[in-house]
Parts: sequence; structure tokens; C-alpha cells
Amino acid sequence: MKDFKLPDLGENIESGDIVQVLVKEGDVISPEQPVVEIETDKAVVEVPCPFGGRIVKVHIQPGQKVKVGATLVTVEEAEGAAPAGPAAEAPAQAPAKAPEAAKAADAETAQPAVAGKAPPPATPAPPTAPPARAEEPAAPRPEQPAAAPYDILKPEPAAATPTGPSPGRSKVSRPVGPPPQPKLAEGEPIPAGPATRRLARELGVDLSEVAAANPGERLTEEHIKRFVRERSAGLHAAPAGAGPAVHVPPLPDFAQWGPVERVPFSSLQRKTAEHLSASWLIAPHVTQCDEADVTELEALRKRFQQSVADKGKPIKLTVTAFILKAATVALKEFPQFNASLDSAAGQLVLKRYYHLGVAVDTPAGLIVPVIRDVDKKTILQIANEMNEVAERTRNRKIGIEELRGGTFTITNLGGIGGTYFTPIINYPEVAILGVSRAREVPVLRDGQLATKLMLPLSLSYDHRVINGADGARFLRRVAGLLEDPELLLLEG
Amino acid sequence: MATNTIETDLVVIGAGPGGYAAAFAAADRGIKTVLVDADERPGGVCLNRGCIPSKTLLHAARIIAETHEAKAMGLTFGEPKIDLDALRKWKNDVIAKNANGVRQLAKSRGVQIVRAWARFENSTTLLLSSQPGGEPDQGRLTYRHAILATGSLPARIPAFDIGSPRVIDSTGALDLPDIPKSLLVIGGGYIGLEMGTVYAALGSEVTVVEMTDGLLPGADRDLVRVLANRLKKDFKNIYLSTKVTRLEDTLKSVRVHFEKADNATGSAPPPTEFDRVLVAVGRTPNSKNLGLENTRVKVTQRGFVEIDNQCRTADEYILAIGDVAGEPMLAHKAHYEAVIAVEVIAGVKGAAKDARAIPAVVFTDPEIAWAGLTETQAAQQGIAVEVAKFPWGASGRATAIGRNDGLTKFIVAPESKRILGVGIVGVNAGELIAEGTLAIEMGATAADVGMTIHAHPTLAETFMEGAEIAATGSTTHIYRPPR
Repeated sequence: MKDFKLPDLGENIESGDIVQVLVKEGDVISPEQPVVEIETDKAVVEVPCPFGGRIVKVHIQPGQKVKVGATLVTVEEAEGAAPAGPAAEAPAQAPAKAPEAAKAADAETAQPAVAGKAPPPATPAPPTAPPARAEEPAAPRPEQPAAAPYDILKPEPAAATPTGPSPGRSKVSRPVGPPPQPKLAEGEPIPAGPATRRLARELGVDLSEVAAANPGERLTEEHIKRFVRERSAGLHAAPAGAGPAVHVPPLPDFAQWGPVERVPFSSLQRKTAEHLSASWLIAPHVTQCDEADVTELEALRKRFQQSVADKGKPIKLTVTAFILKAATVALKEFPQFNASLDSAAGQLVLKRYYHLGVAVDTPAGLIVPVIRDVDKKTILQIANEMNEVAERTRNRKIGIEELRGGTFTITNLGGIGGTYFTPIINYPEVAILGVSRAREVPVLRDGQLATKLMLPLSLSYDHRVINGADGARFLRRVAGLLEDPELLLLEG
Repeated sequence: MATNTIETDLVVIGAGPGGYAAAFAAADRGIKTVLVDADERPGGVCLNRGCIPSKTLLHAARIIAETHEAKAMGLTFGEPKIDLDALRKWKNDVIAKNANGVRQLAKSRGVQIVRAWARFENSTTLLLSSQPGGEPDQGRLTYRHAILATGSLPARIPAFDIGSPRVIDSTGALDLPDIPKSLLVIGGGYIGLEMGTVYAALGSEVTVVEMTDGLLPGADRDLVRVLANRLKKDFKNIYLSTKVTRLEDTLKSVRVHFEKADNATGSAPPPTEFDRVLVAVGRTPNSKNLGLENTRVKVTQRGFVEIDNQCRTADEYILAIGDVAGEPMLAHKAHYEAVIAVEVIAGVKGAAKDARAIPAVVFTDPEIAWAGLTETQAAQQGIAVEVAKFPWGASGRATAIGRNDGLTKFIVAPESKRILGVGIVGVNAGELIAEGTLAIEMGATAADVGMTIHAHPTLAETFMEGAEIAATGSTTHIYRPPR
């Protein structure tokens, strides 16, 4: 019988919520068959069990939070056709008790005969005058060189040949000084005094996170304060729903004003909240707005859409595909937009790859899959890939890998409506482009009133990295490419 | 019909160690506070019928015991002459002195004490009456916040309510009506053993009957064993695994019928007559007749008011602290909760109960005290721990005072040697446990304590040496042959 435990899912993911259990007890599974669906970070992943056999026990249920290493199912391996008889059972029943209490027993036997009425002489040595015992680890030997009195228990060359396995007194050779502080055992309280614990609550700090950042240490108020400072600097993830060092005041009882309902805030929503709060607090946001005349682009898109459809390929050619291309052209010209700030190292990390995230609205929340190497792909390829990825994202079948490594993000709310908005940067990226719905507006061109299709663009950028003029230039460049699709096709 | 209505920001119901502490803490924060209690004197059970009078009498008992022990040192005092009236007056003076102190402190803080029985009319109004359950002849009191601190009462068993003046509870025992020649204590818990110790010292022949198979259920057996060894000499009989089935008042005494507890072997003692019977079978939270049904406060089946870690009940206007709000029913827990409840009302960030150790002390002779995890709990909950013990036979000070009957034990985490629990039996264990509680709260390791210099010669050294054993396996005053 074999336990299948939740494997390491990478990306520092330590736990997830069970969405669905795909097997039940008694099922026979083949190797690599998915057994559970787990919601982690920003994706629902199916976790396959590497070995096959009959499911003997399912240890988890939907909605449960499980940590990496938690047993998911117990599988009776079919291999060898051994019907799992007594031979298989026997080892499982073998007691596996750790030897304990030996020490306690010892202490009790060491109790001197007293209990109240023992005459004083019977008690052990009074502490003021402990008699030297013959077997005491006595004073240094006369012939001992004076220079080395501190390791008298270390075998000397002459006595180096051990006369027996236990020359005794091993206890005395215990290292002096505080013992090394090992990691906390499961369930062992985090070493921190009451005032420290209170400060942690006050500042909205999870003590276990501070303990993880300071392994083996007894936590003090100074640790908590330092943790908060470092968290503000982005070194630690912010707590769920709250930003760094922001105390969330208690909510009033809303029920006093009318009926309320409480629904769970899913793991995905929590992650999103943490991520957005962190971004908002770390990066000073500026949003630059512009609009692009996409009259020509729209005509071109419709024409291409028709020709693509004529070839029998069901590709939906969206404006977003063109925008991805245009943004990539601009990113190449403005490398600081395709970057991350390493404030600890005092460096700007310029990325020489162009992986663009596209925000996808799903019933469960916002998910941002990443289209890789946009600069090396044709608009048609991009459109094709986007359709496919968006579809999988909506069905929550996207892999965690596909959500990572983005360098710039595009969020298109055009399908819903609205004009301008202020998107939040997908940290640690430094800029995000928001796209709204194109609308026909009357425009004066060369003294002539014409109807043009205008696309509102909102670019939020990290003002630590990007100055206002470059922000305006970058966005104008994107708009310019969209206004002149031939140029886009030439440059893209 | 009374028409007056008192308006206040905070009302605290019950002037025990939780209630008055809450009222004072609130007043110190500038919160207008009224303290309501039906008792003639503030201080609650603790001061009037509990901790303080029992410790006063136990101190007298200790002195008597010492006159006997002194014989071993060549000092003979003869039998003590006990003036019961004077002893009672001494005890009552102690109560009065403390109660006056509480009154004085209330007065100087501007806390109004209202002597009345309080009952909730609704979540924000109390009815005040001079009789329990009576008409609200003292009017109403409206408030913005209430802290319920009504404490607990001696638990009663209907079968023992035979209406006899010879059957008493802890309150009656503390009144010290006389020194019965023979006394049966029903219940081998801390109240029964403490009162039994008092009466045994005063000269009563004390018998204790306990339903379970050991005294002080819940305490570690190795600690109890040390106490039991002494009680066997001080008490006439200790019947374990034995139930009392019936009490009969013979007008001269009480005839008591015994029965073996379920699953126990052996035969029960024959029916026996005692001059007095003390029923000490625990305490029950005082949550009845308070009109809680007119609020949203939730009460458990056992009668405890349900609170969260900020002492808030299900009713947003009402907080609860102390015995009425849950185990352990100890004055110092009530005091801890009092401070937090007031902080919560005052909106202090981070205020919440998170104590890792609440010391428990049994003031017998020797005393038993423990804090944090016990060895028994560790075994029950499957927590892996290491246990280290320092017997007081190896303590110079314990020998000097002729009281080697003691043991200091540590329950530590196996890897980190972090102190998770401390248990002490011995003279002054109740004082010594404070260091253990602090060690647990501060996350001290056994090595931290072992390397802290403790004054010599003191009983506190047993704490240091016990910690050394926990940390390293050996210590100065205990020789353990190499393995």
C-alpha cells in the first residue's frame, strides 16, 4: 500500500484548495491518472498520481486546504497481483512508537529516598558543599600540559586506543552554551512573548511568517517591526486582503442595517487581492491616457477576418492581437517598460524577451495567461494562440507555468464598454495597458468633419522606473502603430 | 415603582476579581463605569467566600502544622489552643480589609458601586432589584457596553440537598461554625483538599471521598503522589473510586452511605456517621436568573457564556469574563480577561486572549501548581514531549526547612527543548510557578532557564536545576550513573 502525497507544485506554492476529487475509494487508477483538482495560486491544476492501483482510501475532500506533502489517497498497487493479503498488512500494523519517557523514568529512579521524614543525613549532598565523588570528571591530571585544560575529555594520544565502547561521561562533554535551535516541531507554539504576539496582531502580521523568516529564533517586538519594514519594501508577501503594514480595522456588524450573506473569498480571490495590494503599495502608479484612430485597423481586421474565415479556419481575429503586436514594437523601443526594478540590488532588470500577459475574465476571477515571444509571432499566430489560451483559462485548465514570466500586461475591457480606467500594474512588471471600447466620434480632419473609430487607451506605469514624458511617448507610439496598420505590419 | 434610570457607558455586573478589575481598567481609560453587585461587600466569591478566606485559614493551618514539625528540630510547643471566634474574626478582618481596599479604589477612580441584583431587560438595559428575581425597585440602568462577570457558585447535587445544617458547602465551611470531630469531604478536588487540610489542622478527623481513582483529577499523577503521601497521614481516610449514595441526618450527625464507583473493584466502606459533611464537587457558572434570554448572549449546556478570544458574546453590547465565561474558573484568568475586555471596548488594536499558560495552584500542604502543558495532556493529545524532573530531596533549602517532599518537573519539546509546561509540588509551589508561567509565555528553552543564575539557597533553584536536566540530562545535585 502506498500513500500518494501532494507533490511540490513549484512556484513556492505550499498549499492549495481541493476543488474536486476525481476518484473514489475502490476505483482502479492507472499511473499518471489525475486524482484531484487543486486550486493554487492562479490556476486549477489536476494532480496526477504517478503510480496506479486501487484507491483504498481518499484522505481529502473538496474545499479542504492541503499542504504540500499531505496524503491525498492511499493506493494499493496492482503490480505483482499480490492480493494484498496478510503480508501486505503486517508491516502496517507494526507499532511505530518513538522511544519516550525513558528520561522520565530515569529521573524518578534518581529520586533520593526522602518523602518528608527522611533524616537530614540521608539526603544528598547539601548544595553548599558538594563532596567530590571518585567518579566525578575530576581535576586535570598532574601531567596534563597546562596549555590544554579545556578538552580533558578528548582522548589523549596515549589513551587514544579505546578500551571499551563506552568510557562513560559522554554527557559531560556536551557542548557548553545554548543548544542549536532546531526548527519548530509541528504544533509547537512559536516562541514569542505576549507583548510580541500582541504587536503582531496589531500590525496584522502572521507570527508564523515572521518565524519562517527567522528560523530558530525567539521572536521579539523588534523582529515584528523589522518584518513589517521589510514587507513594506516588498520582501515578504502581504497578508491576505491587506497591504503591507496596513491594519485592517474591524468591520461593523452590517447585519444591524439589514440582512447580509457571507460567502467564501476563494483562494484565487485572496491571491489576487494580495497581489494587487502589494503592487498598489510598492509601485507608485501613474495612468497616462490617449486614444488611437483605429478606423483603418478595424477595416483591415474585418477584411482579414473574412479572408481567414474563407480559408475555413475558425480564427477570431481580435483587436487585442494587433495591440499585443503594437505594444511589443513599442516595448523594444522603450526597454524600461519591459523591465522590473530590483530595489534591493539597486538595478533595473531589462528583459530581452517579450512575454505579454492578457487579462482574462473568468467566473472565478481575473486570470492572466502569458503569450510568449510575441515579437517572434505573426498577428495571426498571436490571435490563434490567444483564442486557445483564453478558452482554457475560462475552463480553469491553464497550467501554472502559463501564468508566469510575463513582462507586460494588456487588459481589454472593450467587450464591456466604458472609456478610460486606471489599471493596476501586474507587479513586478512596470506597466500595464488598459484598452476600452472603440467608439465612433466626429473628428475634424483638414477642415472636414469625418466619422472616426477611436480606441481609448490607458497606460499605468511604475513612476519609480518610468518618467511621465516617456509614458506619454510610449503610449503615443502604441497608438501611432494602431493608427497606421501598414506600419505595424512592417515593423512588427 | 422606581422611576430612576442610571445611564452609563459601561456597566460591569459582578464585583469579583474580574469585575472590579474591569471596572477599574475602564475608569482608568476615562470610561464612565458602574459596578453592580448584590453582595454587601465587593470582591466576589474570591474575596468573600473563596481564595482569600481559604488562604487565611490555610495559613493558620500551616502554622499549626509547623508547630508539630518543629518537634523534629527539638522545639516543642505543646498542643495549640484554638480560639475559634478569634480565628474567625481574624479571617473576617482580612476580608473586610481587602473589601475596603476595593471600595476605596473604586471611589478614587469614580466608579459607582450599585448594590443590586441585575437582570437584563434587553441587550442594553438592566433591571436592578434589591431581591433576587424581584421587582426592579432600584430602577433601570442603560449602558453602551456591559461586561458580565457574575462568576460561579458551588455545584449542587440534589441528592445531597437534605436540608441539614450538618451538610455544608465551601461557603459554609469557610464560615467556620465549629470544629467538627469528624468531617467527610465529598470531592477530592482542590476545594475539598484545601478545606480538608484546614479542618484537619484544626483537629477534625477528615475523610475524603472521591469518585475517580485519584485525587485532583487532571493534575499529573507524580505531583499528586507527593501530596497524597502527606495527606494519608493528615487525613483519617481517603476513599478513591467511591461514591456517596445517600446522606441521612440523624439529628446528631450525618449517616453516609457509600458505593464503589462503576468499574471499580473492592468493597465500599460501610455506612459511617460524620459530624459534618462538606460537599465540594466543583463549581458551576452563575449564568441563571440574569435575564440572558432577553439578550442575544449564547449559553452552553454547562451554563458557560460563549465568548470569542476578545471576550465578546454573541450580543454585540455584552462581553463576558471570568468563571461565567468558561474554564478554568480561576480569579487570575478573570483578571486577565477583564483587562482585555476593557481594551476591546476601548478599541485597542491587537487586544485578544492568547495566554499559553494559565497557572493552576492547589494550596494544600505541600502545594501543587502547574502551568502550560501537563504530561497527562501531552499523552492524551499525542504530543511528543520530553519530561525532566528534579526531586526536592536534592535541594539544600528544602532540607533546611525539613520539607524534601517536593518535585519540580518540566515538559519540553523534544527537539528545541522549549518549555511547554511546568509542574511543581512542594512548599510554596504556588509562588514558584510564576517563573514557569513566564518561561512558557516568553518561549524560553530549558537551557535559557538552566543558565539563569538563581539565588542560593532557595527553592527556586529546583527550577534552574530541573531545567538543566531538561536541557542537558544532568545537573549538579543529582548524580546519574553513565549509561
